[in-house]
Amino acid sequence: MTHATDSGPTPVLALDGVSKSFGAVRALRGVSLELLPGEVHALAGENGAGKSTLIKILAGVHRPDAGRVLLDGAAAAFHGPADARDAGIAVIYQEPTLFPDLSIAENIFMGRQPRRALGLLDHRAMLTATAALMARLGVALDPERPARGLSIADQQIVEIAKALSFDARVLIMDEPTAALTGSEVARLFAVVRTLREQGAAVLFISHRLEEIFAIAQRVTTLRDGAWIASEPVDGMTEDDLVRRMVGRDLDELYPKQDVVPGEVALSVRRLTREGVFTDVSFEVRRGEIVGLAGLVGAGRTEVARAVFGVDRWDGGEVDLDGRRLVNGAPSVAMAAGLALVPEDRRAQGLVMGMSIERNIALTGLRTTVRAGLMDRAAERRRSVDWAVRLRVKHARIADAVSTLSGGNQQKVVLAKWLATGPKVLIVDEPTRGIDVGTKAEVHRLLGELAADGVAIVMISSDLPEILGMADRVLVMHEGRIAAEIPRAEATEEAVMAAATGRAA
Amino acid sequence: MPDSPGFAGPGSTGAAGPEATGFPLARAVRWDTVVGVLLLVVLLLSFGFVDGFGNGLNLSFLIGNTLPIALIALPMTLLVVAGEIDLSVASTAGLSGAVMGALWNAGMAIETIIPLCLLLGVVCGLVNGLLVTRLGLPSLAVTIGTLAAYRGVAQIVLGSDAVTDFPTQYLDFASGRVGDTFVPYALPPFLLLLAFAFVALHATPFGRSLFAVGANEEAARFAGIRVRRHKLWLFVATGFMASLTGVFWALHYASARYDNATGLELSVVAAVLLGGIDFDGGKGTLGGAVAGVFLLGTLQNVMSLLDVSAQSQIVVTGVLLVLSVLGPRVARQVAQARAGRRAAGRPPAVAVPGDSPPASGAG
Repeated sequence: MTHATDSGPTPVLALDGVSKSFGAVRALRGVSLELLPGEVHALAGENGAGKSTLIKILAGVHRPDAGRVLLDGAAAAFHGPADARDAGIAVIYQEPTLFPDLSIAENIFMGRQPRRALGLLDHRAMLTATAALMARLGVALDPERPARGLSIADQQIVEIAKALSFDARVLIMDEPTAALTGSEVARLFAVVRTLREQGAAVLFISHRLEEIFAIAQRVTTLRDGAWIASEPVDGMTEDDLVRRMVGRDLDELYPKQDVVPGEVALSVRRLTREGVFTDVSFEVRRGEIVGLAGLVGAGRTEVARAVFGVDRWDGGEVDLDGRRLVNGAPSVAMAAGLALVPEDRRAQGLVMGMSIERNIALTGLRTTVRAGLMDRAAERRRSVDWAVRLRVKHARIADAVSTLSGGNQQKVVLAKWLATGPKVLIVDEPTRGIDVGTKAEVHRLLGELAADGVAIVMISSDLPEILGMADRVLVMHEGRIAAEIPRAEATEEAVMAAATGRAA
Repeated sequence: MPDSPGFAGPGSTGAAGPEATGFPLARAVRWDTVVGVLLLVVLLLSFGFVDGFGNGLNLSFLIGNTLPIALIALPMTLLVVAGEIDLSVASTAGLSGAVMGALWNAGMAIETIIPLCLLLGVVCGLVNGLLVTRLGLPSLAVTIGTLAAYRGVAQIVLGSDAVTDFPTQYLDFASGRVGDTFVPYALPPFLLLLAFAFVALHATPFGRSLFAVGANEEAARFAGIRVRRHKLWLFVATGFMASLTGVFWALHYASARYDNATGLELSVVAAVLLGGIDFDGGKGTLGGAVAGVFLLGTLQNVMSLLDVSAQSQIVVTGVLLVLSVLGPRVARQVAQARAGRRAAGRPPAVAVPGDSPPASGAG
């Protein structure tokens, strides 16, 4: 059962025909992947393509239903994350989980601190070892500094140092750059290159294609859980990669209809929430789709929350169709015709244990009422109507919404809000974690709504989505609107430049 | 003897929890139905085998002694469905009884005293509710604090006195029964309140929101539900009902003391959870809760008839409390395991070793 068929080094870690299902959802179908020592391997794919499942299999969190995990060419069975760690596999997540009140050194050696005689902690040995790790990574971080107050970038470096202290040979980096600034990304990449030169195998996941081209030697693309290609990065273009990820031309995925904008539907003026966003002003007209772009943490979601009323604002005003909205009152915003499809559908969009019917009904409790009591027939009709209109695939409308796939859950959230007949619809990451087909459906729906005169604000970290759907793009940077770019001039470069604060 | 209001609803009232996962069998064995059946079984066994259980006098005692639990269980059910709890109810009841006694001693008219006591309950509930909704404190902690505080105030107000000389017609109403029947005078008003609570929870937008609030408060907020206002109302209603219970208690037992109803919160919470109201919020039916209340009340009555000591009765209540938290969870897991096995047994079955009886040799 020797595996190495091709010439070249044996992969440190490999997947061979791995499949994994969760209930009816086939997250991975016969996926293969080879991680070579001294190579950075990028994993590309849309949300829901199966990347996180693949990582969890490599990290020993999930076990494959079929196929093999190969460690140094030999089949390995990880019974848990500890097994994978002992095998030299480390995962660096987007959001590091350090103990804020412990020092960097203590965080690195948590639970296995070096001891002296009598079982006392050998503090000095720990500091020396940490300093050595930092030197190896080529960064200057004081081992005695507490983790509290470290930037996310520095926290990730601590996590990497921790991985090295476990003698990790395989480093899996799950969207490490999502929350980093440009210079922090550059520093992280320097560390990654150092590791690569020292012979580590790195699996790098990022939604930013330019980063894949900057750091990786090879790239494996997944789509809808299936392996599409593994190939050298040299000679590929971003368009090639997008085509592999999406599997169709972008025009089809972004069916933007041309609309002549009507009168102003939403007007936000000098909206400020201290420490979160400042002086945010914009208008959205009927029929218009306005994209709200920016890095994670730039304040996009926070602005949407404040406009809708789930958070309070400290200054500014919001008018909807000429009606002044009340600070911190979602019910007033709803009555005025505002709908918000929140970014986290499991925590904010849906009551997971409740039925599809009741979830959709939640926004209609004031309307499906007769003489103060629930009108159950009207309630059911409303829910069924919208579930059908959005083509929610479900067994029974009374089934718990948790039984649906992610894409169908998102449709239920949309149904729940469209049923209120909004004049202004804010969608926050409307297609995160849903499959390509449903994604296209959501986009078509948004296009149709705009054509019907609904004003739409679309927040998305998915740049192609913003560029494909929006009439105008507002870019936020550090809590302010940094740029407004009309559709004709909106390119990835222009948006990213503004999002990272490089625009004038 | 289907006098128990607990049977008004369990099976038919649709709070459609996720237990109703699909196949009819699972719906038939919802926890609140189980409790309803259990109550019926316990009642039948008691009629058959416990001396002195079946006569009208004992039954009226049973109902009368259970009414304090039942009264508070009404708002408590709504509160727990909304994901909160109020442990200060017994102290609120004790406080309102103590104030009632003190004011009576001071010579005030009972017609003035009772509204004042109810108002006091509203204030007690308001304090709990404001601490929870405005300061964002956990209700468990807040109401353990006010449990001690309200009881302390009750002792300050009345000291160790026992006030017993309330007007006879009030005492008669609270402890008497209709003729020779098993129906205490207080039962019909309770049934009215029950109907009111039932409609509020299961047939109004308010009640519908409570399930969402309890199951996922954030999603409820994002759906425009005024979560804090709803909760505040529930705490106020709970305080009101607790003080009403305090007044009833003092009249029913013809004794207003600062330590009236001590420990009653344990019975109320046990009964409500026993009735299938999920401690984590978002699930349950009022019918189930009331069945739980009368199951507990019947068991306590039977234990008294069998000369089980009061201390042992508390042990039983405690055990029931634990079981009632455990039971629905185990039931849900069994249902899930069954659903899982069904799913696994569908056509493109994955070969699970040992799960396919006619396994043809090596796989």
